[in-house]
Amino acid sequence: MTTTLDRPTTTAPARTRSTALFVGLALALVVLAVASAGIGQLHVAPSEVVGSILHRIGLDWGPSPAHPNGDAALWAIRFPRVVMAALVGAALATGGALMQGVFGNPLADPGVVGVSSGAAVGACTVIVLGLAFAGPWTVATMAFVGGLLTTILVYLTARENGRTEVVTLVLTGVAVNAVAGAALALLTFLGDTQAREQIVFWQLGSLNGTRWPYVAVVAPIVLLGIGGAVAVARRLDLLALGERSARHLGVDVERLRVVCLVLVALLTAGAVAFCGIIAFVGLVVPHLIRMAVGPGHRVLIPASALGGAVLLLAADLVARTAVPYADLPIGMLTALVGGPFFFWLIRRTRRSAGGWA
Amino acid sequence: MSAVLAAHGVHVRFGQARILDGVDVAVAAGELVALVGPNGAGKSTLLSVLSGDTAPDEGRVELDAADVRAMRLDELARRRAVLLQENRLSFPFPVQDVVRMGRAPWRGTAREDADDEVVARSLETADVSHLAARRFPTLSGGEKARTSFARTLAQEPGVLLLDEPTAALDIRHQEALLDEARRWARAGASVVVVLHDLTLAAAYADRVVVLDSGRVRGDGRPTDVLTGELLTDVYRYPIEVIRRPGVDELVVLPVRTAALLETR
Repeated sequence: MTTTLDRPTTTAPARTRSTALFVGLALALVVLAVASAGIGQLHVAPSEVVGSILHRIGLDWGPSPAHPNGDAALWAIRFPRVVMAALVGAALATGGALMQGVFGNPLADPGVVGVSSGAAVGACTVIVLGLAFAGPWTVATMAFVGGLLTTILVYLTARENGRTEVVTLVLTGVAVNAVAGAALALLTFLGDTQAREQIVFWQLGSLNGTRWPYVAVVAPIVLLGIGGAVAVARRLDLLALGERSARHLGVDVERLRVVCLVLVALLTAGAVAFCGIIAFVGLVVPHLIRMAVGPGHRVLIPASALGGAVLLLAADLVARTAVPYADLPIGMLTALVGGPFFFWLIRRTRRSAGGWA
Repeated sequence: MSAVLAAHGVHVRFGQARILDGVDVAVAAGELVALVGPNGAGKSTLLSVLSGDTAPDEGRVELDAADVRAMRLDELARRRAVLLQENRLSFPFPVQDVVRMGRAPWRGTAREDADDEVVARSLETADVSHLAARRFPTLSGGEKARTSFARTLAQEPGVLLLDEPTAALDIRHQEALLDEARRWARAGASVVVVLHDLTLAAAYADRVVVLDSGRVRGDGRPTDVLTGELLTDVYRYPIEVIRRPGVDELVVLPVRTAALLETR
């Protein structure tokens, strides 16, 4: 196959808008990452954060952290957490955009639909039973299995004649979340005190205690997921025409579906494995991006990944600093903002579609 | 003339119901064929079988002597386009992006270079250029149908399958659409159009195929097939076919007084 340059698909203003969006999000990501790494009980100035990174990669520019423990704090605690926040945010937002594309429904989201809970059950099983068959990858593997099974279940039950009604989707989510909740309750009951505590905090969602080895597991999963999502973006645009019309344009709909469901499970597993359930990012971010630059998936998916990373970095900064000497659960924060947003989204969808279309 | 698209002995059953019962239809290059018949006659199913969506229980459909069910989807998409009755869109893409989706099969080929030109021409032909920047969900039913037609044209197919393309259109756009379909046929394409308006079918089709209860009841030139006798029988309603005075044009009309007498 010959490689061809990407041809302009929309009008010039729309392209300018998406370029501006990418530049803005990338800048926000860098600024937030540097600021977030510096802020905390041990304060490190942004210039020192940058300096520390440059020194590590062998460039003798900029000041080193003035505090004797500054460098250690940055590299052992702050940086892994910042990287993890960006990865998890990107995974959640991309997973949301992907799921909405496959279901043809802007309200689909791994959290709402119950895929996150499914992945959580898989991960908790590992915690309670003390499994370690795949070393550091065990939790992620089981989260992936749990997430994949739930994705398939939701997909099979919520679709009718190639489309998904909002009501069916949300009700399926209620049912799946109920079953997953029961499984989590059982696991909590079976576990010892330490496992219980771990499960409870994990369900609230937190980036506290992130270490490099965790990042090393999550990063390849998430990058693979985002890469896959970008690769199917063009076909997701065609899928918006409906399954038959997409097929008439040469899309193997069956295969596209399977690939997307696996990618959703992969991204959700990557996000959930170490950081627990962080809801609504996958719902809020793609929606805002669509409002800004339209629904084309070739822009939507990478922009959602960036936007999710920015959002979760900001949320984690608030979680760490809002209350002195306390690390608030980040899942609680995102739900606090995302819940009302979901209400608004439902109302808007009802109005614009003239019912539960 | 040899057939480009041909259905041979096609049977389709949904459970006990026989939707298509041994249908043979062939369409040659340069030919516009109208598919007519009452509700439930199997028109849409036949179109679905011809497009390769539905696998027939018996029989087969051949496109240039190759089985459509065995062809690669992208290969098929470069040769035939389908316009469905219902055209929804899950996300609010602008009209020009929707039409550009029709170019997807040509991605990675030399013909990709013509994308911009073809999209602009298709928008123009379907009379939706002025709506190019509008979002699809904000359009009226007829404007949506025309946008979808433009998308189908942008695919530049050799075989064009249209399922009731005129249902949502006003008279001017009905005529314009079928005129364009016939122009495609004259340029060498094979066109199949499902129609309910028999006068339209008579005016534009080279050949009319009358379906009833999954069987072909008539297949030939409009003047030969569209007779009061056959249509009255097929539609179970008195129908008269007249020639418009002075011009060589068929007009198909329901005979309401006869229907009234019958029910009495």
